[in-house]
Amino acid sequence: MEVQKTALYNYHKNLGAKFVPFAGYEMPIQYKDGIVKEHISTRTHAGFFDVSHMGQFFLEGDETLIESLEKIIPADLKNLKVNHSKYSFLLNNEGGIIDDLIITRTEKGFCIILNAACKENDIKQISQFLKKNHKHLLNNDLSLIALQGPKSVEILEKLIPGVANLKFMTGSNFEYEGENLYVTRSGYTGEDGFEISISNTKVENLIDYLISNKVKPIGLGARDTLRLEAGLCLYGHDLNEKINPVEANLKWAIAKKRKEVGGFNGWEKIKNLLANGSEKIRVGIKPDGKVIARENTKIFSSDNNEIGFVTSGTFGPSVNAPVAMGYVKSEFSEIGTSIQLEVRGKKHGGKISELPFYKKSYVK
Amino acid sequence: MSEKKFSKKHEWVSLDGDVATVGITKHATEMLGDIVFVEVPDAGKAVEKEGQAAVVESTKAASDVYSPISGEITEGNKAIADDPGSVNSDPEGASWFFKLKIKDKGEYDSLMSKDEYDKFCKENPS
Repeated sequence: MEVQKTALYNYHKNLGAKFVPFAGYEMPIQYKDGIVKEHISTRTHAGFFDVSHMGQFFLEGDETLIESLEKIIPADLKNLKVNHSKYSFLLNNEGGIIDDLIITRTEKGFCIILNAACKENDIKQISQFLKKNHKHLLNNDLSLIALQGPKSVEILEKLIPGVANLKFMTGSNFEYEGENLYVTRSGYTGEDGFEISISNTKVENLIDYLISNKVKPIGLGARDTLRLEAGLCLYGHDLNEKINPVEANLKWAIAKKRKEVGGFNGWEKIKNLLANGSEKIRVGIKPDGKVIARENTKIFSSDNNEIGFVTSGTFGPSVNAPVAMGYVKSEFSEIGTSIQLEVRGKKHGGKISELPFYKKSYVK
Repeated sequence: MSEKKFSKKHEWVSLDGDVATVGITKHATEMLGDIVFVEVPDAGKAVEKEGQAAVVESTKAASDVYSPISGEITEGNKAIADDPGSVNSDPEGASWFFKLKIKDKGEYDSLMSKDEYDKFCKENPS
């Protein structure tokens, strides 16, 4: 498959981006400042992220569209108000997570933001449930820019008046340079911020404005440290098709009504897990010292039994210590439980920790 | 102290009598990015030329640091283990990794000079 590029590829290049292949795209991993500075400037000022590789999938249809989507998505779509968003998943027959996503109700249907690496398969999976009168489009003419950090609202309000009125996980249409754009108050860093869906032809103008307001470009490297500090999952690492939402400690994302009534892929299995608990569960992990427990690090109990593995691990610049997430046998999941992490053949102490590692500051 | 010599794996070595000081080059730190963890060897450990001797981790990944020269470790630099970020600021000075008593000065002599190393980096961009 040919490597794809976002509309901002040359712009990133001029900003001094270092590129890596990611989900079939050439994406910036970092810019000149490096990961730690990019991370800190997002937490203290604001940063922008080109997330145009993610799928912006639009669906239109009558009431039967809701029934179709609810077969694979365990959110309460019927009661989701227009311009409101939910974090949810696509589930397979075993209750495994095909992808995690954000779904927003639009005037005519829904918009779903899909992970870049999964989007083609996701559309196949969703299409199985769609009827002839349901229209769908993966819109590649749109870029998606995340603006994250405490100064985001002040900066974006000057350019697009009205965005300051949005509450977390809601969105609206706005006008920018004579064109429509859709802005949601959301993100994946643990900071207040916005995600801006904008045409590929206008996106450079938006970025020019952000840069003139000292908003730094942020690469995938800092995106990873930011989301991990915020305790958020990365698909393909912390989540996959063999992990269900109960194991992933994401049962809060299954709507209450749907938990009771079901009617979605894997419900029988998930109902059982909700009642009886799962064998393993996702937890936060804090190594005692400076050692970094990266993905696939084995986790042992204090009496040396293997009890799980790390799925994401790095150094958290705002926590100023290493942080990790992983799966352990449920009996070892209590906050504060002492564990051991095997790094380069040597066992290092650590503890099961609360998530997030870094306190969120969403505007609700 | 002798002139610094350089390895293809981006370590530098300086020699004082039969004791060598080893660190990673500025070029290596630029490739690694922000350094957040360092593990240095304990005194008494024997290391082979091009054998793994220390560990350096950036926000991106973990990398081994090899000894460009054989010998017995006399000291690991605990200061960089306590403050890994200092490796970014002074990689070829105060932030050396370890010292070792060498066996064969020929191994030192066969390493690259500064000019040769700079040329090597230019011809082998990361």
